[in-house]
Amino acid sequence: MKILAIVHKDSGGALPKAALEAVAAAQSLGGELSVRILSGDAPVHSIDVPALAGAIKSSGAEIVIAPGTSRIMRSMPAAAMRAGAEIDTHITGLSSGPGGVTAQRWAYRQRILCTLARDARPWVLVVDGGAFAPAAPDSFQAEPLPAPAAAARTECLGVQTAAADAQTIRPDAKLLFVAGAGWTKKQADGAVHSAEAAATIKEFLAASGASLGSSKSLVEMGDESKADFGFMSHMNQVGQTGATPRHPKGLSTCCHGEEPHVVGWRFIGERRAVNLDANCGWAQGKADVLYVADAFKVMSHLNRILKG
Amino acid sequence: MPKPLNIIVCGSLVPDPLQTLEPVETPQGPALKNEQMLPAVLDPWAACALYEAAHLAASRPGSQVTLVSMGPAAKLRQLMMTVAPKATFSLVAVNGPAGGFADARATAAGLAKAIKAIPGLDMSSVLLFGGCSSASRDAGVTMQFVAEELGIQEFFQAVDELKFDGDDSFTVLERIEGGSYLKSACKGLPAAIGWATGSLPEPPNNPRTGMMNMPKIMAALAKAPAAAPAAGGAKFLKTEIPASKRQTRIEKDMTEEEIAKELAAWIAE
Ligand SMILES: Cc1cc2nc3c(=O)[nH]c(=O)nc-3n(C[C@H](O)[C@H](O)[C@H](O)COP(=O)(O)OP(=O)(O)OC[C@H]3O[C@@H](n4cnc5c(N)ncnc54)[C@H](O)[C@@H]3O)c2cc1C
Repeated sequence: MKILAIVHKDSGGALPKAALEAVAAAQSLGGELSVRILSGDAPVHSIDVPALAGAIKSSGAEIVIAPGTSRIMRSMPAAAMRAGAEIDTHITGLSSGPGGVTAQRWAYRQRILCTLARDARPWVLVVDGGAFAPAAPDSFQAEPLPAPAAAARTECLGVQTAAADAQTIRPDAKLLFVAGAGWTKKQADGAVHSAEAAATIKEFLAASGASLGSSKSLVEMGDESKADFGFMSHMNQVGQTGATPRHPKGLSTCCHGEEPHVVGWRFIGERRAVNLDANCGWAQGKADVLYVADAFKVMSHLNRILKG
Repeated sequence: MPKPLNIIVCGSLVPDPLQTLEPVETPQGPALKNEQMLPAVLDPWAACALYEAAHLAASRPGSQVTLVSMGPAAKLRQLMMTVAPKATFSLVAVNGPAGGFADARATAAGLAKAIKAIPGLDMSSVLLFGGCSSASRDAGVTMQFVAEELGIQEFFQAVDELKFDGDDSFTVLERIEGGSYLKSACKGLPAAIGWATGSLPEPPNNPRTGMMNMPKIMAALAKAPAAAPAAGGAKFLKTEIPASKRQTRIEKDMTEEEIAKELAAWIAE
């Protein structure tokens, strides 16, 4: 079986972890593997699509593996279609046996796990980040895949970081720290303490190196808290209409743990939550530990400990 | 004055996310238990696309918004009762499947066919909108397939901001890794946008808008053609809900300080 892995470098010129994971996924199928590195670091759909489609066609590969990066997701579906290939994305598991190749992916946003196969070839499989252990960089040889800058109507102007004052989304962090709307709700004294909440959260992120996630309700907070929470946006949102990050541990605070939020925790290993309500969603088998307590107080003690 | 835009929004229904979903096998392949009975909502990212479309159309006099939906006609009718009061649009409906196991290529082909059949459509004024990914299949491929079918070469995925500078040129911000955005400039239409959340809140219900939309919507539903059955596609070997329930330890009597100590030790592990 001929297998083609198509990866690309990051803006720093190195092969990112996602690329090495995709190569590992391709290696796990045990066929005759070739690896191509898509060139360029100013990705434009109308330039990448013909390059990808050409590589798929000319390789004669039955299976094509690529990482689920933003660049691949922007262009690979169209490229697969142009190359006469089938495509499945968000692949979290792969196997190859006498019955052929099977792949796993989730439907309904991490709710139903599907195992599927296809008769048609080529079959492009775009793998999710974190689903495969990265391949050793010296375990394969790669050929460049040029994406010649044609006269395109679209011009890539560069990368902007979403939050001006802090980089809060850290995919490689060991801990995901989730803040919920409770941080901006009236507390026991009848008042809202959003400035204190924002300061406590930022202090924790600095001290722990955690990645910051949010519930939908918090990022859609009312105007009175907006000024204090400028470091958060929909980009931080975890759940049904947000992200599904992968981290070994997750700590939820002031978040109720409702199902549309918790589906975004599918790939979080150990889960702990701090909530005033002993009957919140986390208590229903969604967290390993639920601390029934005031998160303002717990987090300020925790910040003190972490800062030594 | 900038020229009017023809904004075509692809979006359909998904089960209300508060519902419990259970897969069942049917002779046609996997489906959801009681799928016909499950309350549905407009697919959330497609809904963002619709609100952005209505907002953009309002800023360009003469612009039109068309929602193109493939789904079971009876369920689309129910859904439209809740969508019609949110924004001014006309509907093009296709009677077909709208679930997490439906084939994306067939869905895109059905949508593209319906779009091509819109009378007098001038592609040089078309902005194709949709969600960056559905809450059902969650593949993030359908909009690109539709764009390919329509010959649209400019495609942007997971967009949070679209700004027109002049007549036909615009800049977009696409979500990329690590919470950053990729900024691009595009000269000219047609173009296709897979929306992420955007920046607009869900509009409040406007009963007058609903009343103006509804007759056109009912007419579109009445003449909705049936989608061609999907050929080929994925073979689902298994669909399951893996057991994910944890034995939650509920700590009610620890002091905040004790909890903080335990958490610090856990984080350091
Ligand atoms: C179509 C659709 C899509 C959705 N997508 C998402 C999604 O992607 N992500 C998402 O998160 N939600 C999503 N939701 C919304 C979801 O259903 C919930 O409404 C949301 O997650 C609630 O957010 P929350 O838990 O932060 O807020 P709330 O429900 O308001 O809960 C606040 C919590 O804070 C606690 N609290 C208050 N003060 C303190 C304190 N001092 N210490 C400790 N605890 C405290 C309270 O006990 C409460 O449990 C979606 C809903 C729909 C309909």
